[in-house]
Amino acid sequence: MEATVTDDPSVIQSADKVIFPGVGEASTAMNYLRERELDHLIRNLKQPVLGICLGLQLMCTYSEENDTECLGIFEEEVKKFNSAEDHTLKVPQIGWNTIYDLKDPLFRNVAENSYCYFVHGFYAGSGIDTISKTDYGESYSSGLHKNNFYGVQFHPEKSAATGEHILKNFIQF
Amino acid sequence: MLTKRIIPCLDIQNGRTVKGTNFLNLRDAGDPVELGSRYAQEGADELVFLDITATNEKRKTLSSLARRIAHHINIPFTVGGGISSIKDVQVLLENGADKISVNTAAFKNPPLIAGLAREFGSQCIVLAIDAKKAGDGKYYVHLNGGRVATETVCMDWAKKGVDLGAGEILLTSMDQDGTKKGFALELTRMLALGLPVPVIASGGGGNMQHFADVFREGCADAALAASIFHFREIPIPDLKEFLKGLGISIRI
Repeated sequence: MEATVTDDPSVIQSADKVIFPGVGEASTAMNYLRERELDHLIRNLKQPVLGICLGLQLMCTYSEENDTECLGIFEEEVKKFNSAEDHTLKVPQIGWNTIYDLKDPLFRNVAENSYCYFVHGFYAGSGIDTISKTDYGESYSSGLHKNNFYGVQFHPEKSAATGEHILKNFIQF
Repeated sequence: MLTKRIIPCLDIQNGRTVKGTNFLNLRDAGDPVELGSRYAQEGADELVFLDITATNEKRKTLSSLARRIAHHINIPFTVGGGISSIKDVQVLLENGADKISVNTAAFKNPPLIAGLAREFGSQCIVLAIDAKKAGDGKYYVHLNGGRVATETVCMDWAKKGVDLGAGEILLTSMDQDGTKKGFALELTRMLALGLPVPVIASGGGGNMQHFADVFREGCADAALAASIFHFREIPIPDLKEFLKGLGISIRI
């Protein structure tokens, strides 16, 4: 498989598959997309698209992170984890947590309650597009799917064998 | 359920892994990428690479090392050592680092933390603090790899760092580091219970019980160690089985 890192619209449009990764902050990332008119482009992609971490969050309607309007692909809003007064719930969530209620070909041959690696302070709620859940303080969407768009809150590229399996499933779509 | 993390730390000097005692007497401990891959296979939850090289070539070496690590290792890693600007961090993240740690430069220029958090998000900003207990019973921040003492109390700086946007604290006890006599439980507990972000305890891990202690009594979210892993004194799979056996949440 050949991968290219790009923000060139024609390269993105002609790709077989698009991975929309994210390390960053929501408003900065959305501004970057808007300046290059990539927000419209991403919404209108027809090939399989996988958003990772911030990528998933930007594909939702809105993020509490610096009050940011997002792409509106998934029917979810992104909220901040509530750091408990006694600091029992650390924010951001950093580390290995389980994914469950797996219901999508993206998770083909992935066992319920497999461990994946998460690093995030904001999360998407659960609803009609949810394809996997994770618990941290409360239950939230660790995976979303709508039409040709997929999103995972964890980092498959950092989730050892489980993550590689999920990426392989996506590549085979 | 979120698990407690076991994090091998690799101190890098001129591209090699080194290990000393109390920040001194460095010994060679192998190729960082090779060692890191071994740890990933053995079940390490994360890796930390701290560059202690003090040359001008350093920035280039560190980014190429990050690139090599990212290509060979499928678990997260943090890179630190002499990071002092947004540009430094951008280069490292672009080369595949998941998180970066800042220490002395952030202490001398606290707005750096806010700038980094704004640009890259708090989740990838680790504030590393080297602390040492003084005669008055308080823990003070030390800089430049522990060589320079400050008059700032560890907890005060940690709180300020978190307010500015640090997403995690890497807390090294200089008193315990290299002694293998156990982690600094009192200090770790103080920060872990007093801060809203995860705390990685570092310094002093010498046997498996020490790790259990720092998770239970120290309330650490993660424990970091170096030489006991490098020289195979504690195999990671054995350590994780031991902790899980005690009922501690651990990824096997």
